Amino acid sequence: MTRPAARGGRASADRLARLLNLVPYLLARPGIEIAEAAGDLGVTERQLREDLELLWVCGLPGYGPGDLIDMAFDGDRVTITYDAGIDRPLRLTPDEALALVVALRMLAETPGVANREAVERALAKIENAAGDLVAAPVEVRLPGDTARVRELRAAVERGRALRITYYTAARDESTERTIDPLRMLMVGGRAYVEAWCRRAEAVRLFRADRIDAVAELDEPAVVPPQARPHDLSDGVFRPSPDLPLITLRIGRGERWITEYYPCERVEADGEQWLVSLRVTDLGWARRFVLGLGPDVTVVAPAELAEQVRAQAAAALDAYATPVAPVDPAAAGATQ
Amino acid sequence: MHARAAQAASVRYVSRTRTERLVNLVICLLSTRRFLTAAQIAATVPGYEHDPDDAKDHEAFQRKFERDKAELRELGVPLETGTASVFDAEPGYRIAHREYALPDIPLEPDEAAAVGIAARLWQHAGLAAAASSGLAKLRAAGVDVDPQATLGMEPMVTVDPAFAPLTAAARDRREVNFDYRVPDRDASSRRRLQPWGVVCWRGRWYVVGHDLDRDATRCFRLSRVVGAVRVTGQPGAYEPPAGVDLISHVARWSGPVERTGRATVAVAPGRAAGLRRWAVETTTGPDGDRLVLPYADPDSLAGQLVGYGPDVRVLDPPEVREAVIQRLKEIAARHDELAVAGGAR
Repeated sequence: MTRPAARGGRASADRLARLLNLVPYLLARPGIEIAEAAGDLGVTERQLREDLELLWVCGLPGYGPGDLIDMAFDGDRVTITYDAGIDRPLRLTPDEALALVVALRMLAETPGVANREAVERALAKIENAAGDLVAAPVEVRLPGDTARVRELRAAVERGRALRITYYTAARDESTERTIDPLRMLMVGGRAYVEAWCRRAEAVRLFRADRIDAVAELDEPAVVPPQARPHDLSDGVFRPSPDLPLITLRIGRGERWITEYYPCERVEADGEQWLVSLRVTDLGWARRFVLGLGPDVTVVAPAELAEQVRAQAAAALDAYATPVAPVDPAAAGATQ
Repeated sequence: MHARAAQAASVRYVSRTRTERLVNLVICLLSTRRFLTAAQIAATVPGYEHDPDDAKDHEAFQRKFERDKAELRELGVPLETGTASVFDAEPGYRIAHREYALPDIPLEPDEAAAVGIAARLWQHAGLAAAASSGLAKLRAAGVDVDPQATLGMEPMVTVDPAFAPLTAAARDRREVNFDYRVPDRDASSRRRLQPWGVVCWRGRWYVVGHDLDRDATRCFRLSRVVGAVRVTGQPGAYEPPAGVDLISHVARWSGPVERTGRATVAVAPGRAAGLRRWAVETTTGPDGDRLVLPYADPDSLAGQLVGYGPDVRVLDPPEVREAVIQRLKEIAARHDELAVAGGAR
């Protein structure tokens, strides 16, 4: 016990919370191996032994041998023999209840989740135990379950390599790829397969709604050791500085793009805004700008402005040329 | 045993840590039914030894005790205050075991696994910490959580900064105000709200409540809240309507659309892969392929089609065809001016 006394702060609060949990944790698991307990509690064995040493001198007023927390050691195993009244963990705080309940609700709503029924049972029990704390004023609704997501999840679970037809919006093309799935994810309301892509020789995220066909191969998924899952804490698309930067002048009606795309710079220029963003592909940028409408002008790069102008002019030329009359059957019923 | 008592004694007087004092304080207050005054606590809990007649020493004790109480409360320990009897003027303290203890949560192994998975979904640091300390309490209550379990599909749970203050305000029924910025307005505006609850709808977060200035139910997107959410009212200041369905308010506000219209377009061979994916009908014609596309709003369909430039030509209906031609003319004109203005760059 030569450690300097902790002076308030986060570390001391964390340790107190840990110690108050430790007694009931051990009480519920008589004779647990210290190494196992440490692993379970996410602390080092040494830290756990220090915690036990501290608890060993805590107890009821009187602080005689019969009042102190008592434990029996048997080799590397420990058993609490006297708990001095801390026989249960502290109840959940409002934040803890909220964090667990919202995450469970999210899980229950996620399409493709296996054993949804267990998630719902767990949620009901936690809500019940947390009582008033989780009249949690939070509700979750994600896009519904789709046949594609269920099919993908089942295939990923069987651990096979998959042959997929995938639509890449950045290049407006559909390609065939063989992928070795790592996991399935839901980010911002969309389902993804994270997989090693043998074509790109890298880990890629594939949006489930852009996988147009799946075939399970007769070989196991083999993910190379160098493959690392994406860090998704900042979202799916993290623009890197080596991607082309485009600058647009946009009208009021198009300002929504600043909410949907990560923009590097947004500057008001009177009524209009100058917006700069990174794009993976200039071809995508061209389709994007043309699709945004007349209230958008390309400021840079000049190459993109020229492409947009040329494409619009070519399309207008095509409309000026007469076409064969429309086959009424092909035009569909609803007009 | 004798050795341990000696160790306890030596530790007690030599290098007692604050954490140890707090553990002892919790045990002491849990064990008492009577309210204990600060003086009684100081006399029993090691670490509070002082000379009550020495003003300076006594003041130091009081500061220490105040800090400790605050730390326990912050941790969620339900510290009760009261007097031991009507004759006592001085407030005392105790902890009711019933209030302190986590109720029994009998989780089946598959349920425990689900909670374990849920707890690691948070991408937001504060809520991730809260989820894992909550899980630690369940473990301490005897629940075993399989760390290897998966559910095949895992959502990444992210929230906007306004999430925590707005959920807390909705829980406590307190009025708030915040600055709210809608992109097509030039400036943010101050909104006053009685929040009823927070909703995740298709991956985005919203708050639903009674807008005090509009005197009507309103939804606000959390990502559009600028700066801090200010809590202005007292707790319990209002009651949300009984049985309010928060989701339906958001869904009504940004619901899905039915694509009942049908447009026919001619597409150059091998081009416009994105359009081909949602065509309900594809026929190969003399000038490429003809696709029948379902749509809801002619103008937004026109936007999508213009994106493909000369690769796509609208055949029918005329309103979509005209909308596309009109857009193309305006885009061409704008970028022509630019080319002239920019000269031979």
